[in-house]
Amino acid sequence: MAIYLIRRFVIMIATIFVIATLTFILMHSIPGNPFTTQDRSTSEAVQENLKAHYHLDEPMIVQYGIWLKSLATFDFGPSIKQPTETVNDLLGRGFPISAELGMWTITIALISGITLGVLAALKHNGIIDYIAMTLAVLGISIPNFILATLLIQQLAVNLQLLPAATWSSPMHMIMPIIALATGPTAIIARLTRSSMLEVLTQDYIKTARAKGLSPAKIVIKHALRNALMPVVTILGTLVAAILTGTFVIERIFAIPGMGKYFVESINNRDYPVIMGTTVFYSAFLIFMLFLVDIVYSILDPRIKLHKKGGS
Amino acid sequence: MEYHNRPIDTTGQQIPEDWFQPIEKDLNKAEEVARPSLSFYKDAWLRLKQNRLAITGLFFLIVLILAAVFAPIFSPYSISEGALRNQNLAPSAAHWFGTDNLGRDVFTRLWHGARVSLFVGVAAALIDFFIGIIYGGVAGYKGGRTDSVMMRIIEVLYGLPHLLVVILLLVVMGPSLFTIIVALTITGWIGMARIVRGQVMQLRNHEYVLASKTLGASTGRIIRKNLLPNTMGPIIVQITLTVPSAIFAEAFLSFLGLGIQAPNASWGSMANDGLSAILSGDWWLLFFPALFISLTMFAFNVLGDGLRDAFDPKLRR
Repeated sequence: MAIYLIRRFVIMIATIFVIATLTFILMHSIPGNPFTTQDRSTSEAVQENLKAHYHLDEPMIVQYGIWLKSLATFDFGPSIKQPTETVNDLLGRGFPISAELGMWTITIALISGITLGVLAALKHNGIIDYIAMTLAVLGISIPNFILATLLIQQLAVNLQLLPAATWSSPMHMIMPIIALATGPTAIIARLTRSSMLEVLTQDYIKTARAKGLSPAKIVIKHALRNALMPVVTILGTLVAAILTGTFVIERIFAIPGMGKYFVESINNRDYPVIMGTTVFYSAFLIFMLFLVDIVYSILDPRIKLHKKGGS
Repeated sequence: MEYHNRPIDTTGQQIPEDWFQPIEKDLNKAEEVARPSLSFYKDAWLRLKQNRLAITGLFFLIVLILAAVFAPIFSPYSISEGALRNQNLAPSAAHWFGTDNLGRDVFTRLWHGARVSLFVGVAAALIDFFIGIIYGGVAGYKGGRTDSVMMRIIEVLYGLPHLLVVILLLVVMGPSLFTIIVALTITGWIGMARIVRGQVMQLRNHEYVLASKTLGASTGRIIRKNLLPNTMGPIIVQITLTVPSAIFAEAFLSFLGLGIQAPNASWGSMANDGLSAILSGDWWLLFFPALFISLTMFAFNVLGDGLRDAFDPKLRR
């Protein structure tokens, strides 16, 4: 176990290092710098001073060193566009909102996806199965940004039921969460259904039935526990999908989360903010994948972590 | 136990002896195959045909491809120029899907968008396919140290947030069709490589491969006759699922303003333009691109599902 954890941890650090280097190279190969787009009236001398302040006049290798040092100390420095704020300030303000949106989304997707999947599997080929799976394929096929705009048009503009934008009350949270959760719900429902169908034909389910357990107990205690393993494996990927989904959802609903700062910083070529948010996002995501792996191994006693190294 | 004493005939009725007839054993016919021998693809096609939803998806995609190729040629309207007096017209006989804020025909633009979306999807899937097959094939076939180094590289790349890298690349290289395809394939081949590697590793030690080797089959024949047919199933499924995710990614990027630039149209950029129009009630500007993105993704998804079932030897009847 310990060996496996250490191995995974090393890979995690390597991945973060790769993304940090990649971001650095990509950012500095963009033609132009943050000051060329900003204020055309600034004189040469002022520009030189600004560059010196942000170390942009140093050789690449020195800048790279400064960047790695800031990574190690988790201090990404000040934003170029909003000099009064540091990247950490922006992250601290945006991340809780994005995280709230993400947590609600994944919770609701898990609950509704698993429920739909189990119902569909129990009534295999029945009307519920048919409806649930049609909904699931639709859910996968409709991109979240389109669902979001349709929701705004119907619920906010036509029916005036819900507020169309921003993030200030539970009512404001309903539409973004629905828009973001539909895709993952559909994926979870399909996965749960197929693995439930497989599990329900197993001998231990027959045994449980034979010893007279109630159907509810069979489903919850014996079938579901095993059927949920595939769902756990794709949780990491789902978290990634939801994270990137938040970019566009936050933009449509004008939610002041991290996605907003990310997209803005790209348009403004705000190097420190781009590099900070990218690395933060990536590190978060990589850490989630790591967590999912550990949770999976705890749930499934058949997996011996230290043996997995061969694959 | 009680039922041990019962007569074997439980129906209470004697079966007359002349119901039975001895069958002559014909040794010459023992080797005969009962059904006509089907090639792998014929067999899969027979099973795919049973799946009505998948066939509907396939039919839709064929129509879509034909329309994307021919519709812009026959359309009387241009993609980039419209008559300003025809601004924001609702769907009518002259403009089937209405016109946009510059008076351009949405129907015509939609098929230009279809070209872009399909091109991005197919190009990304094909490039993924070639890189994935080579990388995964080498890793799986060589095994040992080569494989473990190649897999460590994949493990590191796998953790990268795919869309983030794509967005960064687009910012650096500037939005264009070429950039989008490069950006999508730069991380997209990983899934294919993992699948190919897993398949090859699993198959190369199978008895039938060893058997052909023992019977003196050349490496080329083993790859063609033994390995490829059994690997093609998952690969084709993966391709049919890569295409819609590439189409989605293109729409997503164009929607963020990082994709196809005006006056060219893609479904994503048209949906983005339609977003602002929806508040003034011009629903068709968003509705039609959205409908076609969703229908295409739907068709590819059901076709992929159908193919997965059709290629699965466990479901063979």
